Amino acid sequence: MKRQKRFEKLEKRPVHLDGFVKEWDDEGLVAMHSKNDPDPSLKVENGVITELDGKKREDFDLIDQYIAEYGINIANAEKANAMSSQSIAKMLIDPNVSRSEVAKVTTALTPAKASDVINQLNFAEMIMAVQKMRPRRTPFTQAHITNTLDNPAEIAADGAEAALRGFPELETTTAVARYAPLNAISLMVGAQAGRPGVITQCSVEEAVELGLGMRGFTAYAETISVYGTDKVFTDGDDTPWSKGFLASCYASRGLKMRFSSGSGSEVLMGYTEGKSMLYLESRCIYITKASGVQGLQNGSVSCIGVPSAVPSGLREVLGENLMCMMMDLECASSNDQTFSHSDIRRTERMLGQFIAGTDYISSGYAGEENSDNTFAGSNMDVLDYDDYESMERDLAVDGGILPITEDQAIKIRQKAAKAVQAVFDGLGLPEITDEEVEAATYGSTSDDMPKRDMTQDIKAAQDLMDRGVTVSDIIKALDDHGIDDTAQAVFKLAQQKICGDYLQTSAIFDKDWNCISAINDNNDYMGPGTGYRVWENKDQWQKIKDIPWALDPQKVDF
Amino acid sequence: MSQEIDETLLKSIVRDVLGEMKSADTPISFKGGEVATDGPSQESSVDWFKPMGVAKPGRSKNEVVIAVGPAFATVMTQTIIKQSHKDVLRQLIAGIEEEGLKARVMKVYRTSDVSFISAEADKLSGSGIAIAVQSKGTTIIHQKDQDPLNNLELFPQAPVLTLDTFRAIGKNAAQYAKGMSPSPVPTVNDQMARPRYQALAALMHIKETKQVVVGKPAEEIDVNFN
Repeated sequence: MKRQKRFEKLEKRPVHLDGFVKEWDDEGLVAMHSKNDPDPSLKVENGVITELDGKKREDFDLIDQYIAEYGINIANAEKANAMSSQSIAKMLIDPNVSRSEVAKVTTALTPAKASDVINQLNFAEMIMAVQKMRPRRTPFTQAHITNTLDNPAEIAADGAEAALRGFPELETTTAVARYAPLNAISLMVGAQAGRPGVITQCSVEEAVELGLGMRGFTAYAETISVYGTDKVFTDGDDTPWSKGFLASCYASRGLKMRFSSGSGSEVLMGYTEGKSMLYLESRCIYITKASGVQGLQNGSVSCIGVPSAVPSGLREVLGENLMCMMMDLECASSNDQTFSHSDIRRTERMLGQFIAGTDYISSGYAGEENSDNTFAGSNMDVLDYDDYESMERDLAVDGGILPITEDQAIKIRQKAAKAVQAVFDGLGLPEITDEEVEAATYGSTSDDMPKRDMTQDIKAAQDLMDRGVTVSDIIKALDDHGIDDTAQAVFKLAQQKICGDYLQTSAIFDKDWNCISAINDNNDYMGPGTGYRVWENKDQWQKIKDIPWALDPQKVDF
Repeated sequence: MSQEIDETLLKSIVRDVLGEMKSADTPISFKGGEVATDGPSQESSVDWFKPMGVAKPGRSKNEVVIAVGPAFATVMTQTIIKQSHKDVLRQLIAGIEEEGLKARVMKVYRTSDVSFISAEADKLSGSGIAIAVQSKGTTIIHQKDQDPLNNLELFPQAPVLTLDTFRAIGKNAAQYAKGMSPSPVPTVNDQMARPRYQALAALMHIKETKQVVVGKPAEEIDVNFN
């Protein structure tokens, strides 16, 4: 065929590198509704759910059983499920109906009913609903802090810069699993050097992760994954009960935690039972609620290439975030993984959560260049900071990331790299050289860092675990080196686990260790003039307005 | 302590335990609304990749087990970036042999999850070290005392794994088996692999998962590159 020139040009656009597939109901490659999804139904007898979404009690699978037992507010269930899905959907966007009124209904729905409610909404209505339904009034966002060499000075420096830019939560993981304790420690120290009050996590194998938290190397966890079909659970040697048990382990040590789930995971693991991504995700949200966990990271997360490949996929993703909020759960709304080569689609991806505001718009934003992101890349990275901050300023939206000056960045990065250098010295870990501190201060990627002896680091990491090092040793190391403010911040963080205020829904800390959660910062949106408006948060708005690259019109030399 | 064991008693205990296990298993059935779609494909017989019966635990400290997913070589023949399964195995084995150790290949049927493939295989490995490879190419090095979802080294991004990487993985696995502490194979990160390949990865994994046979033990494989 003789090629048409415009089509030839179109094929070369970045969007053509993305994966797109047509729907296939029987393998669950369908976003909002599959022909195999059950119709909503509910029967309650003597306070017990005896029928759920078309299944009798004796036919319940593990997940049905768990949800029927613990996940639905039974007292209000018959009444709520008798309402039409359309009328519930209208309540979601009606500014005259408060969040708590809506939640009374939505926490009593069945998973299939909740999916049906989401199916009533278009994308604009979902944004309206998210604005009202997110639990915390003030929106924030979260960052990933990683690098492909697991370099501790760079982790600390990137963590400190992100802390200064306003991220209240930072998440690391490893390139090499056995680095886990070193990465956890480097991030915690860097974050507290950057801004006291930032909480940090290290996403690794579940038993290791819990161990790191119990030693005080982390302050929260979020990658405790739940799934929408029994087979995916049991394939990973898990059940809803084992995840619930793990959740209580965190709570017992005063560690904040949330579950993690997202559309597409069951497709990727090959066990969808032919159900839609939204329906399977609704089961995950109910499992979270049933476990008594305060929140959930959802919005497809690392499986975003699956829903974004099918029709209405990104509408489904915002829909599942909304459903999480409808269950009165903290929502860390993903936007944390690359899914498109197209800058236009990357912006589209975060538009709903960004405009509406969520507890954590991204979970997380790459706090390093994407080439160093060992979560396999985020939707946006450090090189998008100025675009993102411009969008906040253009739309008067608080996206949770603040502009800083180059001078501020250099100072804070150096401070953090020096602090972690002192901690490595105090804990008897392989030296962090002055050359590394310098490189971490002025560098942007791990290519700018001197190479460390990874074999020695890995051995030292194991030795540190064997020696039983805890957060007390880190505080002592900082104190011994005269780094008082960071020592104090790490100490305060450890204290917070004893009082446990930050286990409340959607909790974070400000720089003075005030706990801000859905309890004392409850979302009170009820239409224009209510709820969070960034220009009413004068200090924050001033910072967003003052991007360093804007001209001062009164001081321009012509 | 008495050295005598009453055989009848022992048998009855074993029978009771087995009986209890059966009854304990019944409520955990996965009957929930599964939808019948295309079943598993017939495995082709491949001249270089011959099943030799149930894989037995190895006794030699000098072996590293390479365990492949249930669709490997017989249902699918190449990884997500179209490297032939034969070349992948050839490089892994070459890497192991370079260190003077022997490779033993097996196919795992119980699961298509790369971590659980490795966790089954390392228990059969004389050295306790196993490499697991899914048909799409995702690879892990695992040691038998580790939790299933932990690892010595994980290569989660199949699209960045070249034949040179597979050779390096084989070499490192052999070094672990010898009790050494090799530098991990350098992590390559292509943040654009997901947008390009994730939907395809899902389709390949669906195909591999259809080949899972609940309860079927791992099969010893004789590989012949000649």
